[in-house]
Amino acid sequence: MNNPGLYHMLFVSTALFFIGVYGFFTRRNLITMLMSIELILNSVCLNFIAFNKYAWPGKMDGLFFTLFIIAAAAAEAALAIAIIINLYRSHNTIDVNAAEEMKY
Amino acid sequence: MTASAIIFYLLAILTLGSALLAISTRQIFRAAIYLLFTLIGMAGFYFWMHYEFIAAVQIVVYAGGIAVLIIFSVFLTQRSGELLPAQKGSRKFFAALAAFCGFALAMLQIIKYPFRSESGSDTGPTVAAIGNQLLNLDVSGYALPFEVVSMLLLAAMIGCIVIAMRAKPEKA
Repeated sequence: MNNPGLYHMLFVSTALFFIGVYGFFTRRNLITMLMSIELILNSVCLNFIAFNKYAWPGKMDGLFFTLFIIAAAAAEAALAIAIIINLYRSHNTIDVNAAEEMKY
Repeated sequence: MTASAIIFYLLAILTLGSALLAISTRQIFRAAIYLLFTLIGMAGFYFWMHYEFIAAVQIVVYAGGIAVLIIFSVFLTQRSGELLPAQKGSRKFFAALAAFCGFALAMLQIIKYPFRSESGSDTGPTVAAIGNQLLNLDVSGYALPFEVVSMLLLAAMIGCIVIAMRAKPEKA
């Protein structure tokens, strides 16, 4: 149990990423799948900040990448929820198995 | 163990524990609240690394914006008190296996690779420095991505309105 550094941060972000992947595989509800995607995006943000702090302390590029990821994630979440609401209106459910008209 | 290390481990437990609960609970509203705790834990990590600006952005955009958006969409689309349907055991098992194998592979590579790890400064970048570089037109500046992101947000806003707009009932 030494002082936490880059490797500890990478452990946390990797664990968070694969927790999100597990959630994305097992969930069948669109909102919970969106939550898993948010977890994945968050783990990437944490990765950028950790590398910026420990590997290139004088620079700020990782910080800007994180800012842009957060902006893109906000746009993505808003769009996804608009689509989910629309799907609920037409199908009365938000289960992915119910929306497969375009599958075959 | 210093106080800083103890805070790091507490934050890690909070973040990973609530993330696990968020993807495993069968009550969707609780999942949203656990996700909120995960996002706050991430903001705590940014504070811990002295990136106060990113922590503030994380709290405002994620914990304040996206979490509320998700909670509202849960209210709009789910009946209260209804459990999510349970998944098949085999699907859960194979998803866990895939996630664990990916995690083990990634961690193996990370541990083997000698990163250029410095202890890092105790003070993060100031907001003035961030603003200067963000709106700089030099090679190292980020003025163009900044404008592109503003266009993206505008396009997303218009797209959301168009998608979620109720179609007018057609006149006979």
